[in-house]
Amino acid sequence: MSKLSTSPTALQCYHCGEDCNNDTLLAYDKAFCCSGCKMVYEILDQNGMCDYYSISDNPGTSQRIQVREDKFSFLDDTKIATSLIQFKDEARTHVNFYLPQIHCSSCLWLLENLHRIEDAVISSKVDFERKEVDIIFDHRNISLRKVAELLTGIGYEPYLSFNDMGKQLPGIQSDKIYKLGVAGFCFANIMLMSFPEYFGIDAKEKDLLILFRYANLLLSLPVFFYSATEFYSSAWKSLKHRFLNIDAPIVLAVWVTFARSVYEVLSGTGGGYFDSMSGIVFFMLAGRVLQDTTFRQLSFERDYTSYFPIAVTKLVEQKQQSVALPDIQLNDTLLIHNEELIPSDGILTRGKALIDYSFVTGESVPVEKEMGEIVYAGGKQIGSNIEILVIKEVAQSYLTKLWNKDEAGINKDWEHSFVHLLSRYFTWIVFSIAFTGAVYWSVYDPSRIWNVVTAVLIVACPCALLLSNTFTNGNILRRLGRNHFYLRNAQVIEDIATADCIVFDKTGTLTTGRYNDIQYEGDNLSDRQKQQLGVLASQSTHPLSKAIVEWSGISHNQKVVGFRELPGYGIEGTIDGVLVLLGSKSFVTKEKSKIPGGQVVYIAFGEQVMGKFSFRNHYREEVPALLKFLGAKYQLAVLSGDNDGEKKFLENLLGPETTLLFNQDPSDKLNAIKRLQDSGKKVIMIGDGLNDAGALQQANVGIAISENNNHFTPASDAILPARELPRLYRYIQLCKANKRVVLAAFVISVLYNFAGIFFAVQGIMSPMIAAILMPCSSISILLITFGLSNYFSARLQIK
Amino acid sequence: MSVIILLLIASISVASLFLLAFLWSVKNGQFRDDFSPAVRILFDDQPVRKNEPVLPEQAVSK
Repeated sequence: MSKLSTSPTALQCYHCGEDCNNDTLLAYDKAFCCSGCKMVYEILDQNGMCDYYSISDNPGTSQRIQVREDKFSFLDDTKIATSLIQFKDEARTHVNFYLPQIHCSSCLWLLENLHRIEDAVISSKVDFERKEVDIIFDHRNISLRKVAELLTGIGYEPYLSFNDMGKQLPGIQSDKIYKLGVAGFCFANIMLMSFPEYFGIDAKEKDLLILFRYANLLLSLPVFFYSATEFYSSAWKSLKHRFLNIDAPIVLAVWVTFARSVYEVLSGTGGGYFDSMSGIVFFMLAGRVLQDTTFRQLSFERDYTSYFPIAVTKLVEQKQQSVALPDIQLNDTLLIHNEELIPSDGILTRGKALIDYSFVTGESVPVEKEMGEIVYAGGKQIGSNIEILVIKEVAQSYLTKLWNKDEAGINKDWEHSFVHLLSRYFTWIVFSIAFTGAVYWSVYDPSRIWNVVTAVLIVACPCALLLSNTFTNGNILRRLGRNHFYLRNAQVIEDIATADCIVFDKTGTLTTGRYNDIQYEGDNLSDRQKQQLGVLASQSTHPLSKAIVEWSGISHNQKVVGFRELPGYGIEGTIDGVLVLLGSKSFVTKEKSKIPGGQVVYIAFGEQVMGKFSFRNHYREEVPALLKFLGAKYQLAVLSGDNDGEKKFLENLLGPETTLLFNQDPSDKLNAIKRLQDSGKKVIMIGDGLNDAGALQQANVGIAISENNNHFTPASDAILPARELPRLYRYIQLCKANKRVVLAAFVISVLYNFAGIFFAVQGIMSPMIAAILMPCSSISILLITFGLSNYFSARLQIK
Repeated sequence: MSVIILLLIASISVASLFLLAFLWSVKNGQFRDDFSPAVRILFDDQPVRKNEPVLPEQAVSK
């Protein structure tokens, strides 16, 4: 492979907006960074779709990495295709693709105008947040494979993973919203028709009053039998586990209220409390809906199947055929192309493997493997094609087994929330008040017992506690989400607040995955030589080359002649007539060397070896400050898959008592977390790669660090972008504030309850009083929770 | 008095219409993607309808 630099000035690619380094392509008066981008432009230009470029500037994504021509040939396989297709009749096929490249309105426009490029596409609709496109096409005129290739051709390569097989349309989680809508409708109308009840009505209009009461009874039925089922099922589930959660007393209150109201209406003794009942159900459902706000664009449930391809190429008697992942068998020979993931453990039988395990370990420098060595699933091949002989089926592979082990052994118990415990005490207190009231009235006026007991249960239901809890949680989840700290659900807030130990992964978490800390040892380099090194390194995309480019600080471009890159070894090229070599020891010095290339790069000018670079992971800015802050309040630990080369440095940073464990493989990490938990700690694990996946699941809270929100993160309880890591301390503080807010709101609501009980035990609880107390307490609790949680966020300087 | 009953029926049915509209909009996914509709409406030329969605029965008769 040889490249000639053509243009000296850095231009922006018309398609993707990236700098066109040395190989700018000029065509149609536009500059392109690579032939891929130019090709996309050509396709759009031919179809008169260049509006794409006028909606947003440089809307495309870089096409530097070319997609293999027959990459989607597996879609011709009926079995695989059927597993992806959602609906099919004689003329139409519906399919849904995940396109991670979707990012702007141009993408939206282009993808929804697919039918202008290809007649056989009937319609396409983008779901922007999920980055998905629903395509309906006429399968008599175009195949699924062609549709995927069409998308790839215009720069939107569908991401198809093993996980997509048999994927159904995502079930719409709108049950609660329906229930909320119905409850709101009934509540408002019941309130309206209860006015005569509150303010009295002329005796002549008695019939009207009765009519209103029956109308209320009718309207309350959907609330009782439909909207409130949300609470019934949750209460029933917890009772089956012999646990009294907060929903149980609420269900009791709803039932008692409903029963008493029905009795009053049917017996003609009163109007009942339908308004209070439906109001409570409405407000509580609103709180639940708010709390369940999920971040749909993120997935917290990813397992290895989302990372794995849907099909790979199998070699049968030197012929290539596509095979779906579950059908891979022992002793199959698989052909792994450049940039493809190895789906199962195997032995390398042909080719030179250079495997990027960054998915698994977070380590960005690829590992070399020779023929006959074992390669593990999860690595990505870089460079030429390789062949592997499968020694373990996909489900039995090292990585897969690790995952399955986690899922079986871990069962997070969400019902330990303090809210549930509080509600239990509260319930007993309410019962004893009701009981005392009943005893008192059995002496003085037995006819009132029933009246008083039900009124106490109605008034004192712990709905205020539930309201303050759900609304505070919802608000804090949204606040954190606005700061890009995404939690899986509300329980995670409390888990974060109660944790007392924080464990960090090193590579990719405390450090960036990149190698920015460079050290040079050897003979002094002249400025000119530095420049030459930089120019040579800029020809390669290897992470270490990039680091050298940065180090050299090149300012102008020079011609490189005869550039050659040997993956896994090094690069060479002639600059100003001098042959420059950069790479592993054996490559540069031509001596046989057993030392792996790893993190040392040798350089040579001509025949003369000048010295070597060594690289170290770069610690994220502000990480030391964060660790100092956290170290004061938490037990800290660092788990690293690397060797202990940086032990000294970390000890200085974290203090001598910190647990530092090195050479940890994924299951060691998991066990380390388990040991901490066995010693009574509640652990937050912060990690990034698949190698942390087990530990993230085992920990009480697993926080996945992502460099980019669109990237895949392992299954976890929370996702935090790397740039927000320094602010983690504030977020933890906000989670702690959550509990205080809930308690404060609860105290206020208890005051309301006291007022209510004051009337209830005397047996003078009228619908009017109930109607005033209920909305008052609900609304004031909403105001308090919003006000307080916003106050705490402002104080912590969280947006 | 009969007026009140009439009004009652009217008000409940109007409210029910709104309830149905709400349920329909949730079901229709109108709250699912809140970015694209706002952008879509600004595109000058709406997708040219040269291929009306082909219904199966039409497709067969063709």
